[in-house]
Amino acid sequence: MSGNRQETGAPLLDVRDLVVHHGQLRALSGISLTVYPGEVYALIGANGAGKSTLLRTIAGLHHPTSGSVSYAGQDVTGMRPEKRAAAGIVMVPEGRRLFPSLTLEENLKVGGSYARKGPWNIDRVYELFPWMTERRGQKTAQMSGGEQQSVAIGRALVANPRVLLLDELSLGLAPVIVQRIYAMLPQVLESGITVLLVEQDVSQALRVATHLQCLLEGHTTLEGTPAEVTREQVEDAYFGAGSVTQAELSPHTPPDPDGQRSNALWPGLTPSSRAC
Amino acid sequence: MTETAKTSFRSEEQFLKVTRSRRNVAWSGIGALVVVVVLFLFPYYVGPGTTGIMVQGLIVLTLASMWNLLAGYAGLVSVGQQAFFGLGAYFVLIPAMHGVTPWAGLFIAAIGAGVVALPLWWLVARLRLGYFAIATWVLAEVVMLVIEQISSVGGGTGMPLPGLSGMDPAVLTAYTYWAALIVAVLAIGGVYLLLRSKVGLTLTAIRDDERAARSSGVRVGLARMGVFIAAAAGCGAAGGVLAIEQLQVVPGTSGGVFSVQWTAEMAFAVIIGGIGTIEGPILGTIVYMVLQQTLQSYNAWYLIVLGIVAIAVALFARRGLWGTVDERFNIRLFPVGYHLWAPGESRRRRRPAVPAAS
Amino acid sequence: MAWVNAIIQGLLTGGLYALFACGLSLMFGVMKVVNLAHGDLAVVAGYIGVGIIAVTHVPVLWSIPIVVVLMAVLGYVLQRSLLEAAISRGELTTLIVTFGLSIIIENGLQQFFTANSRGLGVGDSFVTASFSIGSQITIAYLPLGIFILAIIVLLGLQLFMTRSKYGRLIRAVADDREAAQLSGADYRHVFGIAAAIAFGTVAIAGIADGMTTTLSPTIGTDTILLFAFASVVIGGLGSLWGTLLGGVVLGVAQAIGAQINPSYETLAGYAVFLLVLVIRPQGLVSQGAQS
Repeated sequence: MSGNRQETGAPLLDVRDLVVHHGQLRALSGISLTVYPGEVYALIGANGAGKSTLLRTIAGLHHPTSGSVSYAGQDVTGMRPEKRAAAGIVMVPEGRRLFPSLTLEENLKVGGSYARKGPWNIDRVYELFPWMTERRGQKTAQMSGGEQQSVAIGRALVANPRVLLLDELSLGLAPVIVQRIYAMLPQVLESGITVLLVEQDVSQALRVATHLQCLLEGHTTLEGTPAEVTREQVEDAYFGAGSVTQAELSPHTPPDPDGQRSNALWPGLTPSSRAC
Repeated sequence: MTETAKTSFRSEEQFLKVTRSRRNVAWSGIGALVVVVVLFLFPYYVGPGTTGIMVQGLIVLTLASMWNLLAGYAGLVSVGQQAFFGLGAYFVLIPAMHGVTPWAGLFIAAIGAGVVALPLWWLVARLRLGYFAIATWVLAEVVMLVIEQISSVGGGTGMPLPGLSGMDPAVLTAYTYWAALIVAVLAIGGVYLLLRSKVGLTLTAIRDDERAARSSGVRVGLARMGVFIAAAAGCGAAGGVLAIEQLQVVPGTSGGVFSVQWTAEMAFAVIIGGIGTIEGPILGTIVYMVLQQTLQSYNAWYLIVLGIVAIAVALFARRGLWGTVDERFNIRLFPVGYHLWAPGESRRRRRPAVPAAS
Repeated sequence: MAWVNAIIQGLLTGGLYALFACGLSLMFGVMKVVNLAHGDLAVVAGYIGVGIIAVTHVPVLWSIPIVVVLMAVLGYVLQRSLLEAAISRGELTTLIVTFGLSIIIENGLQQFFTANSRGLGVGDSFVTASFSIGSQITIAYLPLGIFILAIIVLLGLQLFMTRSKYGRLIRAVADDREAAQLSGADYRHVFGIAAAIAFGTVAIAGIADGMTTTLSPTIGTDTILLFAFASVVIGGLGSLWGTLLGGVVLGVAQAIGAQINPSYETLAGYAVFLLVLVIRPQGLVSQGAQS
């Protein structure tokens, strides 16, 4: 099933062997991922696993020590974040990061300052989140967490991204609100946007993702589609309980037809390693 | 003067020695003494013109050490030190007008400036870095304006310094020089001792990470205030020396004792020489003197050049002349840090096991 | 009635001080840079104005837009080169750099123009011309004109900040630099625009000052920078109109001081400044967030 990904066309986002440091601390140790157009790719993992670091590096806010990031076939590893945003990689940052001295509508307008051509504009964002129309002139600081998150998403949409990076949408929000926010995802996808998201709420991620990767302490511990992975596998990957050290494993390991590497962490890679 | 293990503790059956410096401090101590003695003997074999220049240099050296203490160790960038410099001059003048010899007046200058620093600190203590800087500038202006109102000390035009007229000029020059030298030595020595003390450790902690220091119970505000007052006293003493050297005290912002140019000179000397090191101001003052002597005929050019060099150093060689040397060769003439000896490490090792705390 | 006239004069001078202050306030609000060379740059602008008038013989008011454009370009260039490098190296470096600039400019001006003052000859008749309200109150045209100019500039700034794309971007970058980057804004360029605007206002301030008093190399700090700073502190950071209020309070305080004794003028202003610093350090018009 995961082998069908190549058939959707060239990858939109291609990350290879990314190593990222925070000062002396190694946050990511050789991460790779590929996102194809139309996918909802979810990054899950515990706190400190490196998910947000990965997203921020893709957005251009962190410079990797080694490795590469390619977007639409072009190497953007050295590209400044604002150029990436203008090119179509737009991130909704962790914690929303709205502009407190600007009103709701001004926040959206800033988002559209360097927008690409595309279906999204402020009016369409108001259609997506109808409650915004009457509150467009309000400062966002007074708004609830869920409302702020919607504004942050709207701000990113107005830029007409090709790849939308969502960093921890559910952070600090009640589950009901989170569901409501994720409910807008189909409309976003319909407009041709590909989504790469970081989510600590694993069940939420599994509900929306078409493909997922789990990180633990900067390493990839699981990769596959929600249909392929079991709950146990996810838990093991998330918490790191497992009889085999994940440092030796690479996400691009070719399928092992003999089943010798039958550890709990890598079942999702190939259909042949599962008992169907 | 060798400091052997003040602290030692067991770690896996090994003693870890903690000393003040890798190298034998005795040599630099003796070296410093030799330098001071040589300098002291200057008036005996050097002409009065050179001595006059040396006095100027010693004044700037004192000021630079103080500014370095403020900015390099306490994180206080003051553009208003000329307030204390000028006050020091007046604190020598006023007692002299009442019969107190200016030599004793130097003590009054230091103490008086320190006392005035207290309320001034209270006014600006809460301000953030940039605002603190301009506020000190405003305070200096205010001090000057207030003094200019007092006609008994000469108002806006200044006043000659009484009490020294009877002296033989050569003797006066020598005494002035020695006073300047003593003030400078005391200033640098005082800074050295301060930084080696608990206060010094406090300052280093603040410099490295203020929030962490605060949460560890370090009295940040108190330490900073102490430094501010000490620096004021030092600048005051230097101002007193200037009063003696010029035999007059003139306020005013162009060339007078309250001119911001003094702060410019001390700040640039520190930046160029190396901020945050005790040796830096010494080196910076030397650079300043060289520049001043070579460009003297061109009036204000030396300040322009000094400013350009300071900007260049701040941008491209942030640690200044001494800092760069220190990094390369790891020399400390005035060791104020601690060195942790790894087991088996000998004095010959090139690089310390742990970077020195300052 | 001399008092009333004095207070009115002080009020109008507040406009000039507000002009002094808005550039300083802008650079601090957006880039967190306290530009110690602020006042000296105003003097430079004034001297440029003098030079332009001497060469081209245009009327004084015509020189304003020329100098503004020149200074705005200078501001952008200076920000993108020197200040950007300094900011990335920390606050201490930024202070040293702007302080160094201040000293260099001041001494440089002294070298080239000597310590003599130069006035922006507006024509004596205009400088001293005034009109009367009733029999006792006299208002001079020049301070009134400058006050109105200040209001126009502040209004223009406010409109720019709230209505235009770059005004929004400047506010956004000032709020959250990274988030603005994620929206496609190159904050270095936005900072440059902000600096250009700040320098533009500095230019206006310099020329206005040149019309009011005579220019000399040292007034950059003596009056302009320190008065600007005092106005900002009194009025409160984060509000353009607060800066106007601060300037007015400073001007009135100085006028009252001058009435008591001419030599008390500057001191009276600083006394009020210190008072506000102690009693209400956030300023008279305090705002939570920065504008």
